[in-house]
Amino acid sequence: MKLKRTVLLGAALAGLLASSVAGAAEEQFIGLPSYRVGPYASGGSGVFGGWIDYMQLINERDGGINGVRLTWEECETEYNNARGVECYERLKKKGSTGNTVFQPVSTGITYSVLDKAAQDKIPVVTIGYGRTDAADGRVFPWVFPLITTYWSQASAIVNFIGTKEGGMDKLKGRKIGLLYHDSAYGKESHAVLDRLAAKHGFELSKIAVAHPGNEQQSQWLQLRQLKPDYVILWGWGVMNPTALKAAAKVGYPREKMIGVWWSGAEEDTIPAGPAAKGFIAAGFNVAGANYPVVADIKKFVYGKGKGNMEDKARIGSVYYNRGVVHGLITVEAIRKAQEKFGKGKALTGEQVRWGFENLNLDDARLKALGATGFLPSLKISCADHEGPGVVKFQQWDGSQWKVISDWVESDRPLVRGMIEESAAAYAKEKGIKPRDCSKEG
Amino acid sequence: MQFFIEVLIGGLLSGVMYALVALGFVLIYKASGVFNFAQGAMVFFAALSFVGFQEVLPARFGMEAGSAAVFWLSFLLAFATMVVLGIATERIVLRPLVNQPPITLFMATIGLTYVVEGLAQMTWGANVRGLELGIMDEPIAWLMDDYGIGVSKFDLFAAGVAASLVALLALLFQYTKVGRALRAVADDHQAALSIGIPLQTIWRVVWAVAGFVALVAGMIWGARNGVQFALTFTALKALPVLILGGFTSVPGAIVGGLIIGASEKLAEVYVGPLVGGGIEGWFPYMLALAFLLVRPEGLFGERHIDRV
Amino acid sequence: MLYREAGQFRTSYAEDGRIFPIRQDRVGFALLVLVFGVAVPLLANEYWLKAILTPVLIFSLAAIGLNILTGYAGQLSLGSAAFMAVGAFAAYNFILRVDGMPFLLALALAGLAAALVGVLFGLPSLRIKGFYLAVATLAAQFFIVWVLVKFPWFSNHSSSGVVTAQEVSILGYRFASPEAKYVLTFAVVAVLALAAKNLVRSATGRAWMAVRDMDVAAQVIGFRLMRTKLLAFAVSSFYCGVAGALYAYTYIGTVEPEGFNLDLSFKILFMIIIGGVGSIMGAFLGAAFIVLLPILLDNLVPALFGDALGAGFASNLQLIIFGGLIIFFLIVEPHGLARLWQIAKEKLRLWPFPH
Repeated sequence: MKLKRTVLLGAALAGLLASSVAGAAEEQFIGLPSYRVGPYASGGSGVFGGWIDYMQLINERDGGINGVRLTWEECETEYNNARGVECYERLKKKGSTGNTVFQPVSTGITYSVLDKAAQDKIPVVTIGYGRTDAADGRVFPWVFPLITTYWSQASAIVNFIGTKEGGMDKLKGRKIGLLYHDSAYGKESHAVLDRLAAKHGFELSKIAVAHPGNEQQSQWLQLRQLKPDYVILWGWGVMNPTALKAAAKVGYPREKMIGVWWSGAEEDTIPAGPAAKGFIAAGFNVAGANYPVVADIKKFVYGKGKGNMEDKARIGSVYYNRGVVHGLITVEAIRKAQEKFGKGKALTGEQVRWGFENLNLDDARLKALGATGFLPSLKISCADHEGPGVVKFQQWDGSQWKVISDWVESDRPLVRGMIEESAAAYAKEKGIKPRDCSKEG
Repeated sequence: MQFFIEVLIGGLLSGVMYALVALGFVLIYKASGVFNFAQGAMVFFAALSFVGFQEVLPARFGMEAGSAAVFWLSFLLAFATMVVLGIATERIVLRPLVNQPPITLFMATIGLTYVVEGLAQMTWGANVRGLELGIMDEPIAWLMDDYGIGVSKFDLFAAGVAASLVALLALLFQYTKVGRALRAVADDHQAALSIGIPLQTIWRVVWAVAGFVALVAGMIWGARNGVQFALTFTALKALPVLILGGFTSVPGAIVGGLIIGASEKLAEVYVGPLVGGGIEGWFPYMLALAFLLVRPEGLFGERHIDRV
Repeated sequence: MLYREAGQFRTSYAEDGRIFPIRQDRVGFALLVLVFGVAVPLLANEYWLKAILTPVLIFSLAAIGLNILTGYAGQLSLGSAAFMAVGAFAAYNFILRVDGMPFLLALALAGLAAALVGVLFGLPSLRIKGFYLAVATLAAQFFIVWVLVKFPWFSNHSSSGVVTAQEVSILGYRFASPEAKYVLTFAVVAVLALAAKNLVRSATGRAWMAVRDMDVAAQVIGFRLMRTKLLAFAVSSFYCGVAGALYAYTYIGTVEPEGFNLDLSFKILFMIIIGGVGSIMGAFLGAAFIVLLPILLDNLVPALFGDALGAGFASNLQLIIFGGLIIFFLIVEPHGLARLWQIAKEKLRLWPFPH
């Protein structure tokens, strides 16, 4: 008991120490539940590095958002739901106005905090993961799966294949293999792809890879027998390079393999070596350091030695740029909210939620931010918390990712229909009355 | 039939890869009775150190990148790192825990897993790296052309490495003084001690050898899937091999690996589609479990006789 | 002084058979229940209730379950998290599919479902021992999670495989606030912990210990091995199952099968090893230790080292310290925190006059 008490005391003391760091007026606090150890670390260090660097850029170059400096604190989740909940609770009261926005970068943690965040009035922003049907803002006012969702992505991939084949009608009778991570994440694609298969008349063969996916001998032998025209790689972590290697082993062309955005980073292709050449992957952000926004980070942040990345070669990588997108969208939402609730003031989570809901990053704004083509233009509304639902496709040329398409749309009516259907079922189960969006300001 | 043979061969060769990792477990269990869960982390650490040195040597000391000298020097340095790790483990973790129940030692090695994982990523960063051994992972042309059976050159190479490793270990165990001492320790700690075999030296040697095995396994797995954290998961592939073959048998690891590899692939291909696939995660465990019901000490494990 | 037993006589069998034969222990225990059952929910803030105390209680329950199997009956298991998953998903489905299912009944049924699965995976223990059994229980770990992911019926065809726990209400009272959820968890855990304490002191518990110490000898003197071992698996899985259901309903609120992974199984095993094998109180101490340690480190390490060392460094350092402390504890006190408490008690008995 004695020991337990000492530990409790220590924890309390440490909490005090940490909280005294933040707290000055006119600072906007952003809690960062990050993961930098374990199997997720390779992606995590890129995403969180880019994110922090962008916020640092805003502080260093612009002196904050209209003078409001950004502060943040990382909390290690190890990608574990229980740790994520602890981080959420720990961070939510920090700063002068509490945590502004919670972005767990983990679907599991997202689900665990959905209800609580709505009670605490903290928006949950999930870019490229999380609960898909939360795109229906009428049922999920506090959740923002921005830019695109897994379902939009699946549909956009099918559209991309259609264009490659020379028209959606050419898909009829084609065979598409889906090599997926055998988990909730991998199965997220099934429903929408099944519907698309029925609609366009292609044949979909789903092949599961058991976690962690470092062995795919049998799956690729099966695929070789099936001879699909395309293989969609819905993978995660080591499963991606292994799939590329195994594809090379059975002689399946990598140009016919299309990965999702968790399969399409340098971390997925470099380990596969030459076997990765030609592999195509979707992404809601692109790779490359030659965008003005990244150049500014190099100049204003790394120039002053305040960069977060230990390995500067990774600046401009897919994960790093994804982190920049996270930072950029967060900052823009706060900026938008300041327009309504007072420029130069620290805002509460509730106010920033309004900023997200009225976010409008049009081409002019993206250009001003130095991010044209870096991420798609984005307009959020009360009903639509997703936005464009588009992805770009990039191809690995053996040493780097090259953009090979413009923003590819998804089958909007079909995906949106499914989202509303699913959200309505959730609302019914939970007894939620959807908001009337005509009354929202 | 041709497809069946292909799956079978592929499975057997995958099994060899599992056996490579399982060998490390067997060595340590045999000599010290410790079920070393950190073996997976050691595989990761060893491979990461190897590619790490490969990066550092040209960058810091101006050696020619990709040269044979860099390769072998990195190999030696990574091996040296593993030896240091092994000795430190013996000194800091195992020696104070002598005579504790096996479960305590087991838990200590899980603690060690965290330490090694943290150490690896702290030293070399969280980046994912590629590793080239110069052997392409592609089918042998004449087999492919004449019989339509794809057998990867790389897998055959891995099998060759595993075979030589086992041969090397067999020689070490059978014909050297250290090897005889090792076998004596494996048979009976106290008896070995009483005839003057220095137990701690032996343990250090075993951990160093296990480090070597981890390095080889890590390089081969790393060349196949990239050097990244997931290398630690290779341990989970090795465990069913271990219980099937017996914790204490080197040939058991190989035979167990072949059985597990082949049956796992056949099951995934022929049974998998019936139940929705992805059964590779648990099938080897179930198979090993079923097997244990018949032979509770594994294929080649030492029969344990309980006396009251 | 504090722990003076002199003058406390046991004058009846009932008194001799008490859980806490010493008055100070009884008072201490009552105080503990009062503090954690009444004072804490009244005084503690939301962060402590939601993020620390509730999970500690739930993991304590799972640890008690594993302790019954490993600590008392001597069967090493690496599949506790999977049994928690069974409990969580069973509770979800019972409440979902049976109209008007009372929560407590669902909790009990969840435990029973886990117990059933536990017995199934316990069957091999009759033939297999030691580490062979431990690795064999991994079959349960991987198989159960696979089944829960694979068959959408278990998650009510949720596209993401994640299920959201329904609202908890008992006799019309809705347990929605963190305080209410904590109290509910505390009540369930307290009752079950007391039951476990009594169970391990009973004939059943003694049978388990006999099997643990040497199963052949136990069989020779007439214990029925099959019944004893399987009962241990059943009771242990029951506790894990209830813990899993509580995890879903009073703590996280949403569950996905992958959340109950091998890592969690290891954490629970750590709890009983650090807390003390074969001790109910050890389960609580161990759970508190394993839940609090990483949080403490996450607060402490950045505070001590700042940003000077780079972001990845701090996180990895935490992991190293966590692993290192576990090894340290195993070396310093292989019998766990419960043993430390025992030693403290012995000392207190004589304090302040140790001669």
